[in-house]
Amino acid sequence: MGDSLQIKKQPKQYDAVIVGSGAGGGMAAYVLANAGLKVCLLEAGANFDPAINSSQLKNPWDSPRRGASTKFRPFGDFDGCYHGWQIEGEPYTHAEGTKWDWWRARMVGGRTNHWGRISLRFGPNDFKHKSIDGLGDDWPISYDDVKPYYDKIDKLIGVFGTNEGLVNDPDGFFLPPPKPRLHELFIKDAATSIGIPVIPSRLSILTKPINKERGACFFCAQCGRSCKVYGDFSSSSVLIKPAIATGNVDLVTNAMAREVLTNASGLATGVSYVSKEDMQEYQVQGKVVILAASACESARLMLNSKSTQHPNGIGNSSNVVGKYLHDSTGAAMGGYLPKLFGRKRYNEDGVGGMHVYTPWWGDNKKLDFARGYHIEYWGGMEQPAYGFGMGVEGQNGKIPINGKTKEAGGYGASLKEDHRYLYGASVGMAGRGEALALASNYCEIDPSVVDKFGIPVLRFNTKYSEQEVNQAKHMKESFREIMHKMGAVITWGDDGADKQYGLESPGKIIHEAGTVRMGDDKKTSALNKWSQAHDCKNLFNVDGGQFVSQGDKNITWTILALSMRASEYIVDQLKKQNI
Amino acid sequence: MDRRKSIKALLIGTAAGSVIMDSCNPADKKETAIVKDAATPDQADRTREEITHNKKLNEETFFTKEEMATIVILADIIIPKDEVSGSATDAKVPDFIEFIVKDMPDHQTPMRGGLRWLQIESLKRFEKSFNEISEKQRIEIVDDIAYPNKVKPGMKQGVAFFTLMRNLTSTGFYTSEIGVKDIGYKGNVPNQWNGVPDDVLKQYNVAYTEKELKECVSFDKA
Repeated sequence: MGDSLQIKKQPKQYDAVIVGSGAGGGMAAYVLANAGLKVCLLEAGANFDPAINSSQLKNPWDSPRRGASTKFRPFGDFDGCYHGWQIEGEPYTHAEGTKWDWWRARMVGGRTNHWGRISLRFGPNDFKHKSIDGLGDDWPISYDDVKPYYDKIDKLIGVFGTNEGLVNDPDGFFLPPPKPRLHELFIKDAATSIGIPVIPSRLSILTKPINKERGACFFCAQCGRSCKVYGDFSSSSVLIKPAIATGNVDLVTNAMAREVLTNASGLATGVSYVSKEDMQEYQVQGKVVILAASACESARLMLNSKSTQHPNGIGNSSNVVGKYLHDSTGAAMGGYLPKLFGRKRYNEDGVGGMHVYTPWWGDNKKLDFARGYHIEYWGGMEQPAYGFGMGVEGQNGKIPINGKTKEAGGYGASLKEDHRYLYGASVGMAGRGEALALASNYCEIDPSVVDKFGIPVLRFNTKYSEQEVNQAKHMKESFREIMHKMGAVITWGDDGADKQYGLESPGKIIHEAGTVRMGDDKKTSALNKWSQAHDCKNLFNVDGGQFVSQGDKNITWTILALSMRASEYIVDQLKKQNI
Repeated sequence: MDRRKSIKALLIGTAAGSVIMDSCNPADKKETAIVKDAATPDQADRTREEITHNKKLNEETFFTKEEMATIVILADIIIPKDEVSGSATDAKVPDFIEFIVKDMPDHQTPMRGGLRWLQIESLKRFEKSFNEISEKQRIEIVDDIAYPNKVKPGMKQGVAFFTLMRNLTSTGFYTSEIGVKDIGYKGNVPNQWNGVPDDVLKQYNVAYTEKELKECVSFDKA
């Protein structure tokens, strides 16, 4: 049939081999390439350039399923992310009685192609929670260590927002935010009147141009499809494209990393991978190996990289790799604003996300949960997609249409009148909060299951604690108050204790982190404060794995800052020949 | 890049967007032209797996001719032509329904079974199939299954079916070109977001604060 399987060793010796091209990997490639280092960037998925591959500005009828989700694109037929919850031939398992949903993007730029662009710095408290409430652990670094990198990221990538002088939602270098939409003005008035702050959101979308390579946003609200003019942050467009332009990056797509290779001294020497294109085995050598395959994939790689020097997996003498797995909490509520029925039509798209949001405002000392959450908002006259108009029988009987009380359901010209009257009045909100990082929440290598490449898969074991449930309860109480104050009618999400207040199961929010955590003590952490493996000085992890805790923010901006910081350290250490 | 240039670049991009890169095989740098299929135009970015999947669906047929005829009748009862816009069939909703039940197999049994339920009901009442009875007779049956809060004995399954038909017809219509125009969605076009229009602010008695007017991005009115 052909030659029997061999391992093909790439002859080139790189300064760094990077696994993963998302936020962390993209930033590492960018910094190293611009410093003149030779980089091999391995990406498990296909090539993707928003300028070419985005479905931006397609009409609903350009898809026979009108934008409905598919197994290839779970977020919708036009969404800018290949794959998600299930990948054929790449299973993962759970401990019985537990649930973890694992999102895996497979593309250049990873999930940064379709994400919400919510770009929030951690605040000073987020690095020192144990010192504040005794739970979890402090980071080995402080906000002061990371601030210079947040500052650089703000300017390099561009983020809009305002300086509000909030202690734990720090000021930055912001482009001007877009004006609030109509429902956002109502939300702002209602929420602030009951003590819940509403400030301009902070999204990595260019409301003003910042360089010649990227266009400014033109308000089509389709950041989720990725942007053809690079008006928002995707690692593919903003980091990898310029990195490749230096001539110092060899990007290998459809390359599934198998393990980190080591030598007799236990140092990393490179990465072995299987090419999805020809199903052949390859090895690539580098002076430094940087793992950025997403928190759980990086942990999986480390656990699967066993050797005499690293019997427990490379970098895992502490036994923490895979542990302390956490995700953002999430719970949502929605309904409609009667005052918006029959509303005047105009282009309400704006940017691909909320123009306002609520940063955490509570005092956890007075509450029955230790960590906070922020609130995201949506609603208004959105682009019709599959699902539009469904369930109208639940509304058109309860709501008088143009003053007429109708029987629920119906058909005909009367039904068309109903759809027109009800359109654009929906409103919704969701909390995104900090879950505790617990050693009892983890992923490990499944002892008996391999994927189609023969790579042992992950088995997940996670469960939310009372902390997270109480936090979700508070979210629902807050949302109910805001909805009532606005005069909105709640139609979904008003869940009680029996449904854990609608708390999403772990993994569903897709902010997973913690599995390769950093710390000063190598008995309880895998990385030091430079994102460098304690056990292997030329191995680094720069994705969500390195996080000690979540923060009441999402983690992308911090991934970028930490990756830039670690990458500059790598450049420095290579120069000094320390690694 | 300023906004004008960025919009220009975008238009160039969309002109070139009729050709896709074979993104699953970057080693193969040949560009592959999209094959336009008249029945189900799909001009969005697609991976090779998606193209194969859609092609397979397009090659299948689910509904029989008789079932499709019933769907056409029902769709236009649910969304008829009115003074604002055309009917469901004007918007090719039956074709959408045919595709969507192949794409979402969970719809198949409820649709097929529901259509048969309807035929049986018609035969019971009028000794003729739903496709053959008069408009008045059809409405007689529809009136018994179109209102989930007013269900006579024995009609519950018919109500469930009609609700599904209404959902699929409404979604198929309002995501068509005719339907999007009807509902008045004005977006999906490059523009300058300058906030809520003044007359709408006035209508709801809301206003931007001085802080917002100062710090938010604004554009000179043309």
